[in-house]
Amino acid sequence: MQLSVNGADHPLDDLEPDMPLLWALRDVLGIKGPKYGCGIAQCGACTVHIDGQAVRSCQVAVGDVWGPVTTIEGLGTPGAPHPIQAAWIEAQVAQCGYCQSGQIMQAASLLAETPDPTDDDIDDAMSGNLCRCGTYPRIRTAIKAAAKSMNDRA
Amino acid sequence: MIGPEMGRAKTIARRTFLIGSVVIAGGVAFGTWRYKTPYANPLLADLPEGAAALTPYVRITSDAITLITPRADKGQGAVSVQAALIAEELDVSLDQIDTDFGPPSPAYYNTALAGDAVPFRATDDSWLAETVRDLADAPMKFLGMQITGGSTTVPDGYDKLRHAGAVARETLKATAARLHGLERSALSTANGAVILPDGTRLSYQSLAPEAAQTEPVTNVTLRDPSEWRLLGKPMQRIDIVSKSTGTQGYGIDIDLPEMLHAAIRLNPAQGAALTGYDVTEAQAMRGVQKIVEIPGGVAVIADNTWRAIRAAEAITCDWAAAPYPAGMADHWQALSDSFTSDAQDSQFRDEGNVEAALAGGAEVEVEYRAPYLAHAPLEPLNATVRYTPERVDIWTGTQVPRFIETNVARITGLDGDRIHVHALMIGGSFGHRLEDDAVRHATHIAMAMPGRPIKLTYSREEDMAHDFPRQIAMARGRGRVENGHVTAYDLGIAMPSVLSSQMGRQNIPAPGPDLQIVAGAWDQPFAIPDYRVTGYRAPELAPISSWRSVGASTNGFFHDCLLDELIHAAGADPLEERLRLCTHAPSRAVLEAVGEMSNWGSTMAPGAGRGVAYCLSFGVPCAQVVEVSATEDGIRLSRVYVAADVGRIIDPVNFEGLVKGGVIFGLGHAMNCHITYAGGAAEQRNFDQYPGMRLYQCPEIELRGLETADEIRGIGEPPVPPAPAALANAIFAATGTRLREMPFDRHVAFA
Repeated sequence: MQLSVNGADHPLDDLEPDMPLLWALRDVLGIKGPKYGCGIAQCGACTVHIDGQAVRSCQVAVGDVWGPVTTIEGLGTPGAPHPIQAAWIEAQVAQCGYCQSGQIMQAASLLAETPDPTDDDIDDAMSGNLCRCGTYPRIRTAIKAAAKSMNDRA
Repeated sequence: MIGPEMGRAKTIARRTFLIGSVVIAGGVAFGTWRYKTPYANPLLADLPEGAAALTPYVRITSDAITLITPRADKGQGAVSVQAALIAEELDVSLDQIDTDFGPPSPAYYNTALAGDAVPFRATDDSWLAETVRDLADAPMKFLGMQITGGSTTVPDGYDKLRHAGAVARETLKATAARLHGLERSALSTANGAVILPDGTRLSYQSLAPEAAQTEPVTNVTLRDPSEWRLLGKPMQRIDIVSKSTGTQGYGIDIDLPEMLHAAIRLNPAQGAALTGYDVTEAQAMRGVQKIVEIPGGVAVIADNTWRAIRAAEAITCDWAAAPYPAGMADHWQALSDSFTSDAQDSQFRDEGNVEAALAGGAEVEVEYRAPYLAHAPLEPLNATVRYTPERVDIWTGTQVPRFIETNVARITGLDGDRIHVHALMIGGSFGHRLEDDAVRHATHIAMAMPGRPIKLTYSREEDMAHDFPRQIAMARGRGRVENGHVTAYDLGIAMPSVLSSQMGRQNIPAPGPDLQIVAGAWDQPFAIPDYRVTGYRAPELAPISSWRSVGASTNGFFHDCLLDELIHAAGADPLEERLRLCTHAPSRAVLEAVGEMSNWGSTMAPGAGRGVAYCLSFGVPCAQVVEVSATEDGIRLSRVYVAADVGRIIDPVNFEGLVKGGVIFGLGHAMNCHITYAGGAAEQRNFDQYPGMRLYQCPEIELRGLETADEIRGIGEPPVPPAPAALANAIFAATGTRLREMPFDRHVAFA
């Protein structure tokens, strides 16, 4: 079994194929950006991309991963943030921040498919991501700002 | 009761923040330090050669300036605000410093927490009220209560931390003055350096070894707010970049050499025993290293989290019955039975003659209910412990590091000075991390494998089942109206004591009335001719704990909704009548602000409605107007207007985030959350059964922060209590249906 994460290949031959991708990332590969929040796809804290598509890594068995995986660490870095992360920083979205890796990965997937989302588009894409601190107003603001900056750049 | 000992304690307490510098090499001045201050500077224990700990809050080494931020950060921005308060006077910028939660120490006790422990209204600034508040501070200090809670981080640190920064700055200047034969007054400071009259910059780091030999300068004057560089202006939180790039480490992310992972199964009936278990299947599962019986349950130690959780789920357990009623009907009955004179806990408000006023009957006579609620922060409980017979290390996010020290010492039989708590960033709390049961369980587990660090991670299901929830509460209200005005108001509130449940788990007695039973109700600044608020102490039911805004989280709903019903019965305008009755200028100002923002009184579309609510909690008046509309899919929350007055806003960006987050927290739980018990176990175990507010439901929120109040206050909790009441009042305005029981989705659908 081979897993491509953030551009690096990892052999995972000795792993149970039914281990959730989330735990393979966190405990086997030491990639801690994706978070465990519920384990049943109700919070979205574990959201990563497989082949560019946002998925709940707690619900994807590591043996079923169908393409390269991108986690929040692969999206951008503190020194070189992705435009969505830059918008998140500018709007100071995070409070506890625990859900934000998942929120940002979900938003990245939304903007990749819908570069200029309406409020309804944002509602539809983001409502599966729970924020217990209540940062929703700033999430909306940051998504709109990121869309603008990415469209201006394009 | 208030004797000379207490008076002396007060003097010492006042002096605790007058802390200076100390020698670390050779320890020459250590005795002087001890002599001068009632608590040792906890930073001295681990200080390297050539470093200076100028106060318990500032540590300078040759390569770093580290500010100690002892209050826990669970998302409220405590690290940033504490650092900013020190940095303002120290003359450093926030990108020049490191931060550290520091070791648990009585030196970091919470001065502000005492304010809410005495029966004086926050609006009461009389000599008597101030005196009793000061005296309550003394026992708080002697218990060494290093607690994060009660929205106290800013009020507690506002003087203390600025003072620490100023002492460190002046001591660094005195050091430079001594070394260069100059007067201290001739020197200035900026950007982490002392500047000599000729413009030479001496970095604080370069002065550290000599500063440690300098007699501390404690006679400092705090700068006037007009001189502030950082405070009062928008700041970027220190943690915002890491939290936007997946690089912020939380307790759950810790990784140590040789570390193993643990999961637990605890009796779903909180606090009840394990009576038998079978580990045959679990023991054979891959990665399982050891299975350990712990008080109330059983734990699996494995080589990763997932394998540990799976194996724990495979254990079959026999459980003892809950020590409290098995089902909700009995919990409600216990509250209902508590409205008796025997169970009366307090009656701090009793004005006019309520009995006489209501002798002829009441226009309104109603009952309200508020359910148990889980804290359910998104980071599940976790704690990492490494036990050896000589030393225990604990890595965890906590609001009560000193309680952890005490409890781990008791469990392991080691002295407190062998227990080392390393506080970590917390992924939300809302009061959950005021409990330390996860650390206690992790300690028992770690003792089974000495020398190996073991990280215990709760599954979401275990976390929610063992979330010491918000109190269940019931209120009965009645009142009279005359000539278009509210004239009599009588509210009784029954709930178990949060304080005694919570402190009971720490073996700390909580004598006297529990103010939280009536907080957010008895202390509201209204002048109603016949006005009474009575607290009734229900028996202990399910174990409960402080949930964001504590007593006021239920009582804000009860108190304001009863007022709203009476105002409606009087035929008065909800905002005008509240203003007419309100006697506290900052409270009137927040009510007027939301009236203005919402264009109160303007016509709304058919099916739409507007509700106003107000609550004073933690000394902060907060008013909210909620606008809803009844749609085909149910009630839709369209807008919220909120105003609050904290006296002085330290960071307007973080203030806005906390206010809006608090409103959403209050609204979301009122809409669709409760914890119910069946067979003694919580029926809700995950977010499918405890949804909270989601983004599509989130209204637009407009905010106004006022700064007219005399005292500086915290904003973490005060936005929560008025939100459910404003929503209920808005739904009444839109639909004519009065909601008197939370969660509201038991009675209406939400779009």
